[in-house]
Amino acid sequence: MSLIGNLFTSSIGRKFIMAITGLVLVGFVFGHLVGNLQIFLSPDHINGYAHFLQGLGPALWLVRLVLLATVALHIWAAVVLTLESRAARGPNDYGVKKWLHATWASRAMRWSGVIVFFFILYHLAHFTLGIADHENFKSNFNWTMQHDAKELGITLAKQGEGVHDVYSMIFIGFQNPIVSIFYIIATSLLSVHLLHGIESLFQTIGWRNGTWACCLRKAVTGLVVLYFLGNLIIPGAILTGIAEPAAGSAAALKAAGQSVTAPAAHN
Amino acid sequence: MVAETSKNISVTIRVWRQPATDQPGKFVDYPAKDLNPNMSLLEMLDVVNDQLERIGEDPIAFAHDCREGICGTCSLVIDGKPHGPHHGVASCQTYMRSFEDNSIITIEPFRAKPFPVIKDLISDRSAFDKIQQAGGFISIRTGSAQDANATPIPKEVADLAMDAAQCIGCGACVAACKNASAMLFVSAKVSQLGLLPQGQPERDTRVLNMVAKMDELGFGSCTNQYECSAACPKLISHDFIARMNRDYIAASFRSAFKPTPAAGSGGGA
Repeated sequence: MSLIGNLFTSSIGRKFIMAITGLVLVGFVFGHLVGNLQIFLSPDHINGYAHFLQGLGPALWLVRLVLLATVALHIWAAVVLTLESRAARGPNDYGVKKWLHATWASRAMRWSGVIVFFFILYHLAHFTLGIADHENFKSNFNWTMQHDAKELGITLAKQGEGVHDVYSMIFIGFQNPIVSIFYIIATSLLSVHLLHGIESLFQTIGWRNGTWACCLRKAVTGLVVLYFLGNLIIPGAILTGIAEPAAGSAAALKAAGQSVTAPAAHN
Repeated sequence: MVAETSKNISVTIRVWRQPATDQPGKFVDYPAKDLNPNMSLLEMLDVVNDQLERIGEDPIAFAHDCREGICGTCSLVIDGKPHGPHHGVASCQTYMRSFEDNSIITIEPFRAKPFPVIKDLISDRSAFDKIQQAGGFISIRTGSAQDANATPIPKEVADLAMDAAQCIGCGACVAACKNASAMLFVSAKVSQLGLLPQGQPERDTRVLNMVAKMDELGFGSCTNQYECSAACPKLISHDFIARMNRDYIAASFRSAFKPTPAAGSGGGA
């Protein structure tokens, strides 16, 4: 019996793929959130961080390809397992249906997953590719680094360097109520997805039992609540005006009705 | 919910009637009047069938055998829950006092593609036998009886194996699961042997073969919602599913990376 065959063709193997890819994606979304929370610091932080990531070149593409493959495998496993499970009921469904134990988050997995998928497409078109709202895309704004941006001893961008103004792109993007509310709804659904998903992956891998199921649920709930609040606060604070764009950023200039500086040529 | 046990009750049963596997089925209502509340649900069906036979109608077909909750033959979905409203009880030990007077009780067969309805409320659950035949056994040393204490087993391991062995193979887990997954059944059968020393020689092939057979027969997969253990008349824990998942993945790795056997000629290449 081949290992790859078991992983890709058996029910438990596919669930294992779903769990492992899910774990990778959980790691990504938490890291992504922590990076994004730099929006509440001076523009040097998030712009320097984005400049560093953009400058990784082949390494950036390697990470992107791994993430794309992970998402593709996660969705593939979900679709195949769902279709098989639908067929497994047989020709007639029950006349009376009743839930006995399933949590509401677990019942929302399939549709919350689908909506999050469409959100990811929009999110990439908005902040990565600049297809949605191209006028306010990061490459149209310039930011001159006020100080060296350093993280973990690595210099992300040097003082005086001209970089894309991701900071302003996010601020301007989230000042649009429709965009902000869509982000809040989508990240709420992602939180619901994670509420069942994170707990579920422990069961699938076989690292769960009745003895610590309670602690696991509490830990997952706590983690997901933090994730939800982190994602709520970014569009929430910008939309309500609690967070105001830093002086000198394109977002601040735009808010004051001034023209935005043309992007500086930089490599 | 529970009616007084002294007063007779009347209910309407809404029963799935299907003449044969390949024919369409439908729900039919039958009155069941003046019932002793302490009769079992199956006895109520006996009473209704008696009346149906008197007027020349085809009686309702339903599976039953021991009627004391240990054989796993009864297989009714009662008001949307396999084996009826109670926790840890089979259909046969569900009593009429559990239902309100003048209520409508919907009774359906266990539904799954691998459990085709033979007639009315009877599903063919021989798919479970096929899974058992794929590995739900141990190869034993025959001959003279072994010394009783030759194989020491810690009490907690024996208890856990016995918990798994409580499974009566009724199929309520499949019936309750929205995916018609058989993982609770298979995990119980895999674990009851896999936990014990006698089950070790075939531990890997057992889990690999039983899961392969389960998939081949068309059961769905687990979405970790634990409807199965909530419906199980023997309260088998879904912890066994986690154990089976771990066992299956480990067995897949072990079988993939076991040393390649020497060539047929006896080695020396």
